Amino acid sequence: MLEINASGMYYRDLNQKIRDAVDKGEKDITVKNVNGQYYMGDGLRGKSTITIEGVPGNDLAAFMDGPTLIIKANAQDNISNTMNTGKVVIHGNAGDVLGYGMRGGKLHIFGDVGYRVGIHMKGVKKQAPTIIVGGTAGDFFGEYMAGGVLILLGLNDDGRPIVGDYLGTGMHGGVIYVRGEVEKENCGAEVGILDLDDEDMKVLKDSLAEYCKDMGLSLDEIMKKGFKKLIPVSLRPYGNLYAY
Amino acid sequence: MFKSLAPPEYLATIDREKCIRCKRCIQNCGWGVYSWGGDKILINTSKCVKCLRCYHYCPEEAIEIKDNPTRFKQNAYWGYNHLRNIKRQAETGGIPLTGMGSDLPYTILFDNLLIDACQVTNPSIDPLREPMELRTYLGKKPSSVELEKGKDGKLKLKTKMPPQLKLSLPIIFSPMSFGSISLNAQKVLAMAAKECGILMNTGEGGLHEDLFPYKDNIIVQVASGRFGVNPDYLNAGVAVEIKIGQGAKPGIGGHLPGEKIPLEVARARMIPVGTDAISPAPQHDIYSIEDLRQLIYAIKEATNYKPVSVKIAAVHNVAAIASGIVRAGADIVYLDGFRGGTGAAPSIIRDHLGIPIEHAIAAVDDRLRQEGIRNEASIIAAGGIRSSADAAKAIALGADAVAIATAALITMGCTTCGKCYTGNCSWGITTQRPELTARLDPEVYAERLINLIHAWEHELKEILGALGINAVESLRGNRERLRGVGLDTQILDILGVKPAGR
Repeated sequence: MLEINASGMYYRDLNQKIRDAVDKGEKDITVKNVNGQYYMGDGLRGKSTITIEGVPGNDLAAFMDGPTLIIKANAQDNISNTMNTGKVVIHGNAGDVLGYGMRGGKLHIFGDVGYRVGIHMKGVKKQAPTIIVGGTAGDFFGEYMAGGVLILLGLNDDGRPIVGDYLGTGMHGGVIYVRGEVEKENCGAEVGILDLDDEDMKVLKDSLAEYCKDMGLSLDEIMKKGFKKLIPVSLRPYGNLYAY
Repeated sequence: MFKSLAPPEYLATIDREKCIRCKRCIQNCGWGVYSWGGDKILINTSKCVKCLRCYHYCPEEAIEIKDNPTRFKQNAYWGYNHLRNIKRQAETGGIPLTGMGSDLPYTILFDNLLIDACQVTNPSIDPLREPMELRTYLGKKPSSVELEKGKDGKLKLKTKMPPQLKLSLPIIFSPMSFGSISLNAQKVLAMAAKECGILMNTGEGGLHEDLFPYKDNIIVQVASGRFGVNPDYLNAGVAVEIKIGQGAKPGIGGHLPGEKIPLEVARARMIPVGTDAISPAPQHDIYSIEDLRQLIYAIKEATNYKPVSVKIAAVHNVAAIASGIVRAGADIVYLDGFRGGTGAAPSIIRDHLGIPIEHAIAAVDDRLRQEGIRNEASIIAAGGIRSSADAAKAIALGADAVAIATAALITMGCTTCGKCYTGNCSWGITTQRPELTARLDPEVYAERLINLIHAWEHELKEILGALGINAVESLRGNRERLRGVGLDTQILDILGVKPAGR
């Protein structure tokens, strides 16, 4: 168990310190007084668990490959950018462009997220990314999505719409589960809205069980409301665009 | 299906008296022009692209590929391509695709620039006898250097140099992904880069394990699809390039269709077999110079501060954009002119968007000098470098190095037929069909590419010698040694070049 005090520390020095600790085999790191430092966990490998106290800056867990990051506050933009494996748990809200090009691992967010979340997420074989958002999401949720699982729960029932416009625009792989109803007019032309089958329920419950454990929520409570599934209507959305 | 109203572009013909029915043309044609009719070779000339593979492999020289005399009536305004594309669009409703760089007759500035030479008063240098320095370092240079005396009394550099990429000569290979070209073609580039002490670039297609041994000569690319990008990939080469745009298709993304994603390509890109590999037009995490800076430094953090190159298409506002890129922390600005090649682009985009590389180099070099940040990044110029003379002119205009792709492919058999997007390349270059890619023996063709680079190296040395300078560094941005012919005052002013005779 290593404790790092990030107060007033330049991001490069802080991240070097974390990297050195991980390289030395430190499995449990707590970083205190974080205040907007960029690139925490960027390109980090190994199996360490890093608990972050305070609000980390942009590009948290970019290119990350293995570790678990637990953020006890809000987080900012570009989290899990092109992340390969590992896990990020955010106990607050998070910003825009989360999980861009994410290829694996998990991103669990307790609260709301901004625009363009899950853009161009992709999965291959058993490696598939999962993003679970407890609150609401902005426009372009799952845009260009090519693989993986996006789950949107809308648990904060404050009357705001659960998701913005252009949901799944350009989607050509993967699946989006939305708790509650989805209007076709909010979706991109490339997605179809379906009911869940048994296989979906298994994927959903497995993913949510872990999420509920992370966030201290009740799975039964979440499952009381129905879900809709969004999948691409074509793996080749632009197959007829060109003349050869 | 009714016959296309666009007549075939080429007429493939066989001299029946010479033909010995060996069927090599059938085997060699990747387009399906030839088939066996029981007693003779049948020809479907509408499929012919004039790549000349059949001609080259016909042992009897019985094959002749002619331009189809039955083309549309000649018209100085309505060209063949206009009519053909309209007819195709009427038939399909689709966007006509094309490959290679634009072949339209826009003014070629390289061909209106001439290089100086020494006579009498300033002696030239014989590169066969005198050392000629072509070595080039790409990366940030400090604005000043401090020296200190070491313990042995010798002067040493005190300033800590930013990371540099060392090139034996100022030529590298442009990015071409595994998927757009075959793995064998990439191996040719990698082998030649290693042998010549230069670099190749993976393009946005991931890094196949067969290229791992060439890691010291590889730049890995990160583009909007993020295909094949993980920490190992980022650290696999000597530098990382962020691709914003491409000269042949500025401002638009790429779609590698699912049928061109067999197992090996899918593995390198880390996506499932047979799905479309879509690279969105913008990188959705980059909407500003500040955002670009964030990605540059995210990559630097993940690679322990390797040099980062940012590749953009040469567009109208390229100077201001390049300035932003340098200020965002890039070590290299890669400029790709509108003549730059492509594996697939809508022809309407390729032929009508962007600006020539010559203008872009001059504009960017000027702007960075005016702002006092020229040393902060190296400039790579690409997009239609056809010879060592083009390279020398680009360097004299202000580039640190040039990147070539089409020229490299031509050494592998490419005849610039421009049908790369079909995936049927009979030379095994822009295809993934195993029976076609197997034709491209990496060792054999690497030798040819190495020959080309060495030949250009000699030519560059001859040019320097004629100029009376012994290092390419003295040519860099040395526009005084260029003269324009047939260019108007305004273009000369933009290029910073005097007219011939002045």
